[in-house]
Amino acid sequence: MLDAKIPSGPIENKWTDYKGHCKLVNPTNKRKLEVIVIGTGLAGASAAASLGELGYKVKTFCFQDSPRRAHSIAAQGGINAAKNYQNDGDSTFRLFYDTVKGGDYRSREANVYRLAEVSANIIDQCVAQGVPFAREYGGLLSNRSFGGVQVQRTFYAAGQTGQQLLIGAYQALERQVALGNVTQYSRHEMLEVVIVDGKARGIIARDLVTGKLERHFGHAVVLCSGGYGNVFYLSTNAMGSNVTAAWKAHKAGAFFGNPCYTQIHPTCIPVSGDHQSKLTLMSESLRNDGRIWVPKKQGDNRKPNDIPVDERDYYLERRYPAFGNLVPRDVASRAAKERCDAGYGVGTSKQAVYLDFASAIERYGKIEVTKQGRDANSATHEEIITLGKQVVKEKYGNLFDMYEKITGENPYEVPMRIYPAVHYTMGGLWVDYELMTTVKGMYALGEANFSDHGANRLGASALMQGLADGYFVIPYTIGNYLADEIYSKAISTDHEAFVEAEKKVADRIHTLMNIKGKTSVETFHKRLGKIMWNKCGMARNEKDLQEAIVEIQALRKEFWKDVKILGEINEFNPELDKAGRVADFLELGELMCKDALLRKESCGGHFREESQTEEGEALRQDNEFMYVAAWEFESESSWKLHKEALNYEVIKPTQRSYK
Amino acid sequence: MEHYNMNLNLKVWRQKNSNTKGSFKMYRVENISSEMSFLEMFDVLNEQLIEVGEDPIAFDHDCREGICGACSMYIDGKPHGPWHGNTTCQLHMRAFKDGDTIVVEPWRASAFPVIKDLVVDRTAFDRIIQAGGYISVNTGNAVDGNALPINKDKADASFDAAMCIGCGACVAACKNSSAMLFLSAKVSHLALLPQGEPERKSRVLDMVAQMDKEGFGSCTNTGACEATCPKEISISYIAQLNSEYLLAGLTKE
Ligand SMILES: Cc1cc2nc3c(=O)[nH]c(=O)nc-3n(C[C@H](O)[C@H](O)[C@H](O)COP(=O)(O)OP(=O)(O)OC[C@H]3O[C@@H](n4cnc5c(N)ncnc54)[C@H](O)[C@@H]3O)c2cc1C
Ligand code: SF4
Ligand code: FES
Repeated sequence: MLDAKIPSGPIENKWTDYKGHCKLVNPTNKRKLEVIVIGTGLAGASAAASLGELGYKVKTFCFQDSPRRAHSIAAQGGINAAKNYQNDGDSTFRLFYDTVKGGDYRSREANVYRLAEVSANIIDQCVAQGVPFAREYGGLLSNRSFGGVQVQRTFYAAGQTGQQLLIGAYQALERQVALGNVTQYSRHEMLEVVIVDGKARGIIARDLVTGKLERHFGHAVVLCSGGYGNVFYLSTNAMGSNVTAAWKAHKAGAFFGNPCYTQIHPTCIPVSGDHQSKLTLMSESLRNDGRIWVPKKQGDNRKPNDIPVDERDYYLERRYPAFGNLVPRDVASRAAKERCDAGYGVGTSKQAVYLDFASAIERYGKIEVTKQGRDANSATHEEIITLGKQVVKEKYGNLFDMYEKITGENPYEVPMRIYPAVHYTMGGLWVDYELMTTVKGMYALGEANFSDHGANRLGASALMQGLADGYFVIPYTIGNYLADEIYSKAISTDHEAFVEAEKKVADRIHTLMNIKGKTSVETFHKRLGKIMWNKCGMARNEKDLQEAIVEIQALRKEFWKDVKILGEINEFNPELDKAGRVADFLELGELMCKDALLRKESCGGHFREESQTEEGEALRQDNEFMYVAAWEFESESSWKLHKEALNYEVIKPTQRSYK
Repeated sequence: MEHYNMNLNLKVWRQKNSNTKGSFKMYRVENISSEMSFLEMFDVLNEQLIEVGEDPIAFDHDCREGICGACSMYIDGKPHGPWHGNTTCQLHMRAFKDGDTIVVEPWRASAFPVIKDLVVDRTAFDRIIQAGGYISVNTGNAVDGNALPINKDKADASFDAAMCIGCGACVAACKNSSAMLFLSAKVSHLALLPQGEPERKSRVLDMVAQMDKEGFGSCTNTGACEATCPKEISISYIAQLNSEYLLAGLTKE
């Protein structure tokens, strides 16, 4: 059994006690300690800025041309915090409870409690930095609601919350760069960790402009490299999001936690053809007002507006009367798949369902008429619709525009077509309470760790977690480790461990370039994605998973024999960068299938067809699977399973029900 | 929406690296669906090039959702192409018709040197932010978020300025390669908030000084930046920047 080093004592005192007793590093010593931070998303930028402020010597790395472009920038909906500004009964405990339940009782209580506890500080910090959150007319901060909860605790900045939060963290980071506390390496990719005497002591990075390899020493290495949803090829993640940094750490000894936990988001713009390169999310907030339906008749080819209301199946409202269109993401996604698989899907591909705003437009229109002091019946239908559209535009205008740009259809007139898509990965590097991986001195923050979301993440909780980890957790926990390192002098990058690590990277790059095969990197990535989506996607079963493992192994072999990469090593070569990432995905995919195969239960986003209720709902098997699966890499295709038992001391796990 | 397929001629800028001279090269792509995005059309072209053994065309992109600011193609004489208030990645092929010839170039500005093909170096923008584009507050120093009510109109106006994605299209559109729209968006974002007040003067002076040092040109109010900005950042922020700058200069101790 793995030890998560959870402090003892009542849950509400654990973090305070920890902070009161952890070791500290004095200011003079901090200046002698170097920390490497990989990634500049919410987790990385907030960590690097905070550590720089504390006086550590920090180096940050990102593969984009500027830290500000990290994938966090794309988050739309909002960020949760237990502020209880709405006086609607929110509290640290309630946020903690909702997150544990939403995660289907597969997360670690102590971490989630701490997350809820520091959530309020995040909002304060961001406001102080000048993040322009949405406000009410009185000048106070505004909140909206998100799925799976009954209070309004989501803070937002229109549909660009991630952008605004990241710009805040980025500016804090740039300030530290200007002050000389942080050195920034953009267009750099970390390709190996360097371990000396069992401790993480540095990295090998490649300058993506020149192609040169570089050695960087650090007393500690903090990985904030994001999630691995792109193993599915198509996802809502940015094109460059990848697992490489986490995977190198994994192969160097860090255990990988719950790799099979994947979040499939129910409302994304469907695939339009083979050319599709990524999928676009339509924010969860739309489900507050949109109604989801398919025709009652199979293969109905009529235009949506020609199908009368009584010939439509509002299947979420039918199956889940209590939560209706606002069931959690995993439930909504499976229900859409079920309808499409049964032949009720719409659009040319038949892999889509409708998200319809007609009733909302009418409802808001009538309210507007009433607001004008008129009787709703006195207005013409046209008037009502025009007014209603204005209200919907104010709420969701940017999303509607984005939908129209992509599909060429006007969602004010015809229902949106949507389908589930891969969105987020709850799995990641296993970390203990201090966010340290199983390699000493190596930490994982943000989406890169196996995180606080159990088997399903609630909306608006990833931004919260990334910033909690970076601003408020790592500044304390890393000190507890570095306090013992003050006598460790910086290790020369001529040390054999650096030489060896660099050679390993160089050899691999040479091998890749010298395959000179016939098939492009993109083709391999697409093929891997298809296997993952069909066999390790929204519904999984033993036979498919076993087949997938064999197929991935074969594909990986083929890749290493037949991949074609043009250009040269020592130049700007995006194809080569991509090849390295796809090579790692080809290994990760196998582990995900292995993990999914082992977990013969359904929980959150992980649905095993063999484990469902009579009504087709996910069925957990707590007796057997109340643990975190942490995988240790042994050799190609071989992993050793370690378990961290999940002990629920405060919350009693029950079967989730949204009926 | 009716979908259609098209054949296109592409005239694309190719440049091996910053030390070599570039030139245009013609390519042909066939059966492009009107449903594709502009970058997906480039994906098709690149796969085609790999097939025949020619180096694929390098271009910056990441989110493909119009928010990260990475994509940056100068298409038919306009940064980000023909659609208004739009990024390259959100441009879709319905904007074109069968038989069109499309000219694609990188951003052109001496402060944005070409790295390869359509990829340029925009780190000058980072350095402008480093010069003062922030509020100096360390982690843990904040008061309660609601302790400081902010007038909704001000907060909204600040947000409008903060929407800038740092893409650099404003610079590419400007005949003087001025970075004033980018800079003014940041200055206004922070100046409109009470939190930004203490550093208001030093911020604008330092950021403008850095902009000049980076070799961006001066602003002659042509309005090309506003017309091309994917986030429709208003040119009125430049006026605001000018008055901030003047005031800061006059009242400097
Ligand atoms: C479309 C979309 C909308 C979302 N909306 C919301 C929302 O409304 N609310 C919410 O809570 N969550 C949302 N999420 C989830 C959330 O945005 C992410 O989980 C979160 O931003 C991840 O932050 P991060 O800092 O962990 O990683 P990222 O932001 O992904 O950053 C990763 C960083 O690591 C760097 N990196 C990676 N590998 C390497 C390497 N090998 N070498 C060097 N650098 C490397 C990258 O350059 C980047 O800087 C959304 C996600 C998507 C896809
Ligand atoms: S002001 Fe507009 S064009 Fe200029 S960098 Fe910002 S978003 Fe791009
Ligand atoms: S790729 Fe991110 S804005 Fe275009």
